[in-house]
Amino acid sequence: MMDKYLLFLIMGLVTYIPRALPFIVLPGAKMPPFVKRFLGNIPFAVLGALIFPGVLYSAGEVSFGIIGGLVSVLMAFFELNLVLVVAGSICAVYFAKLLLL
Amino acid sequence: MGVDNINIRGMNGSDLKKGFLDGVPIALGYWPVAMAYGLLAKSVGLNFFECTAMSVMVFAGASQFMALNFIASGVGMGEIAAAVFLVNLRHFLMSLSLSPKMLTRHLGIRALLSFGITDETFAVASVKEKYLSSSYMAALELISYSSWVLGSAAGYAAGAFLTETLKESMGIALYAMFIGLFVPLSKKSRKVFFIGVLAGLLNGILGLFISRGWAVIAAAVLAALMVPGTGEGEENYDG
Repeated sequence: MMDKYLLFLIMGLVTYIPRALPFIVLPGAKMPPFVKRFLGNIPFAVLGALIFPGVLYSAGEVSFGIIGGLVSVLMAFFELNLVLVVAGSICAVYFAKLLLL
Repeated sequence: MGVDNINIRGMNGSDLKKGFLDGVPIALGYWPVAMAYGLLAKSVGLNFFECTAMSVMVFAGASQFMALNFIASGVGMGEIAAAVFLVNLRHFLMSLSLSPKMLTRHLGIRALLSFGITDETFAVASVKEKYLSSSYMAALELISYSSWVLGSAAGYAAGAFLTETLKESMGIALYAMFIGLFVPLSKKSRKVFFIGVLAGLLNGILGLFISRGWAVIAAAVLAALMVPGTGEGEENYDG
């Protein structure tokens, strides 16, 4: 039987190092314009990749992922508070499941 | 936040409050996922302290679920560590993107705050704020981290209180948050919309061939390279 706490410590370290490196090494670094442009695009690209296709499989069957996703898009389009978007989407999926299952 | 009212020392009560408020949707989204993790940890045979300790030390959802599966099937420590490293390597990209926006140059504070970079804290921090004060980041990360750790413990302790339908429904939470961040930005900038959609499509295609962790990294990098700059926040990157 392996020592679980040692395992968690190692997992923590290998997770922490990639998070920490740019924060610790980079302050004061001058970057060329194309790197700045690239890094400026990263948040929107990461958001897109985090949303799709994961959202499809997030709520059981794909149909419920689509329902939840569409409800989120609709509420987000009207720029509702983020907490409302989250809570509203959970409710929408829940009631859709109650009605359709 | 305009350039003129930046608090260079990075300690600021209103930033603290703003960080907490911006962290509420993350905390809300983490709670059910953390509970699911706690439930699974119990079913795999971890004790309560082991279950909570992993959340305290690692703070990375997908890799913790993966580790539970590996522990259950008797996979060795080295292989688990390697897999966790690969799955979480995407945070390097996020940290790289956030780093120039961090106002503080204090290495200790930066080292501490980098622990709390997750998909979710990254998404909120990079979209909501132009510059990141230590107070803002600390508050945003602390409320998210607390939800993750307490939710893990609660999931272990509470057992199967939630119905299957409710658990599945709550799976939409974090995606709803990402969508809630992305859609308003897309309304303002066609380029943002295009980059996001491109990254999503690339991720869908790449995911057929490579693991999820690598697909997200590759899709984001490719989409960010293929589209010329959004112009948004470029002046942030003067280091």
